[in-house]
Amino acid sequence: MIRFDRVFKRYPNGREALSELSFELATGEMTFLTGHSGAGKSTVLRLIALLERPTRGQVIVNGRNTGSMRSGAIPAFRRQVGVVFQDHRLLDDRPVYDNVALPLAIAGVPRREMDRRVRAALDQVGLLGKERAFPLELSAGEQQRVGIARAVITKPPVLIADEPTGNLDPDLALEVMNLFQRFNAVGVTVMVATHDIHLLDRFPVRRIRIEQGRIANPPYVAA
Amino acid sequence: MSLPEELRNVRPVGPRTLGGAASTWFERHAQTLFGSLGRLARQPLATALTIAVIGIALALPVALYLVVANARAVTAGLGDTVQLSVYLRLPTTTEQARKVARAIKARDEVGEAILVSPDEGLAEFRALSGIGEALKALAENPLPWVVKLRPAEGQDSALAVETLAAELRKLPEVELVEADTAWVRRLHAILDALRQIVVLAASVLAIGVLAIVGNTIRLEINGRRAEIEVTKLVGGSNAFVRRPFLYSGFWQGLAGGLLAVALVLIGLVILEAPVARVAAAYGATFALSGLAAREYFAVIGGGAALGLLGAWLAAAYHLRRIEPRA
Repeated sequence: MIRFDRVFKRYPNGREALSELSFELATGEMTFLTGHSGAGKSTVLRLIALLERPTRGQVIVNGRNTGSMRSGAIPAFRRQVGVVFQDHRLLDDRPVYDNVALPLAIAGVPRREMDRRVRAALDQVGLLGKERAFPLELSAGEQQRVGIARAVITKPPVLIADEPTGNLDPDLALEVMNLFQRFNAVGVTVMVATHDIHLLDRFPVRRIRIEQGRIANPPYVAA
Repeated sequence: MSLPEELRNVRPVGPRTLGGAASTWFERHAQTLFGSLGRLARQPLATALTIAVIGIALALPVALYLVVANARAVTAGLGDTVQLSVYLRLPTTTEQARKVARAIKARDEVGEAILVSPDEGLAEFRALSGIGEALKALAENPLPWVVKLRPAEGQDSALAVETLAAELRKLPEVELVEADTAWVRRLHAILDALRQIVVLAASVLAIGVLAIVGNTIRLEINGRRAEIEVTKLVGGSNAFVRRPFLYSGFWQGLAGGLLAVALVLIGLVILEAPVARVAAAYGATFALSGLAAREYFAVIGGGAALGLLGAWLAAAYHLRRIEPRA
């Protein structure tokens, strides 16, 4: 589902974020992406969501080579990848409903189905009844879960999350991780970038550790 | 705990039938259409100012056009060709008058010439002046014999006409020579020039409208930067992101067009009475004419089209530079 083939990424400012990075995620696999801040975790996620293109090498997501995709195809591609951000990236001037429904509005889902799916997504993240609330009225954990609801509402085959538990207390973090695992259980390929040691210990899933833009541990070594 | 059906099936979203796609398409456009209207209504002052500027910019060339069209209509009956009127001295007998007329007609520079007797002149004057009743009070006809002539082909340049008039003035029987339509020609030349100016002014002001709308849309885009980034982040295409701004420009242009038409109509109503008084003073009946109905619609439609185009240009330029960062 996700394949990095000797990926090299250098940013316009000259910083080399990744060098010769190769790994592969099977469909329906769940992975933790670990490493120090600045090791290149975010760059990996940005390459998967096609917020960046590789400088060299290939990034294949859902059978598509992101490096050669024309820009007109990017929006449709991004709808296949659910992204959860550490800072939520919610629209503060829109109620929760509008935030969660945004990907459906983009995809042109009829209003009635939109209602149904927004409620289902909010129910999943435990926020049913908060449709009319504005993001700033919610706690950090709740905001994060709104972001997750938005990421999964299009039922994307790939779900990636950048430090989704960074601002959450341990209980909430656990809750969020359980959520990701539930999506993984129904076939979604999940990649979570985190440096939360406690979480890593509680979820026995594959880990990819990056150091200075390279894979630090041999692939396919379970914890 | 397992996932509900709504979130379980991994498949692309979107309407699955053509009919469903069409109705969704309309629903989506209707939402954006009225959503952008609502956003404009939430900034009443800024919106009103933009609309006012667009309305005035559109009303100006329309007003100028109407001035030219009406002036043209007033003078249309006066003819374009040069005509000279040669007034003979009083008293002149019929015999003398015919002789002079023949002599004038014989000149090379003269094309056709007709002799108008005092009686004919009076009849014509009665018919055209509107003071026929007052003329009846005159004991005798005060009008002279007149020879009306047109210069020969190729002899109607201003200089040739002036020379001819000077020659005719030297004749002993001639009291006065009037090149009485020269001013009409000058007026028509001025009106033709004005018509060019209308086209020019309309073009310049149209570009102005584009700039006004473009700038408004630019500000709107900057104000909604976060929203645009997030929308692109979750897969919004450029067309999707652009749509509300296009509608915003459309509404402002449409309202500007309506305002322009309203300004023109108000102007016509205000000027109606004064113009009628002027016309009455000249013994004529003349009503200001406005635009035809379809021309008013063209002004409104033109405003909407300019708004749309200005928004499209601004959106195409500014939206491309907003790419999501994460």
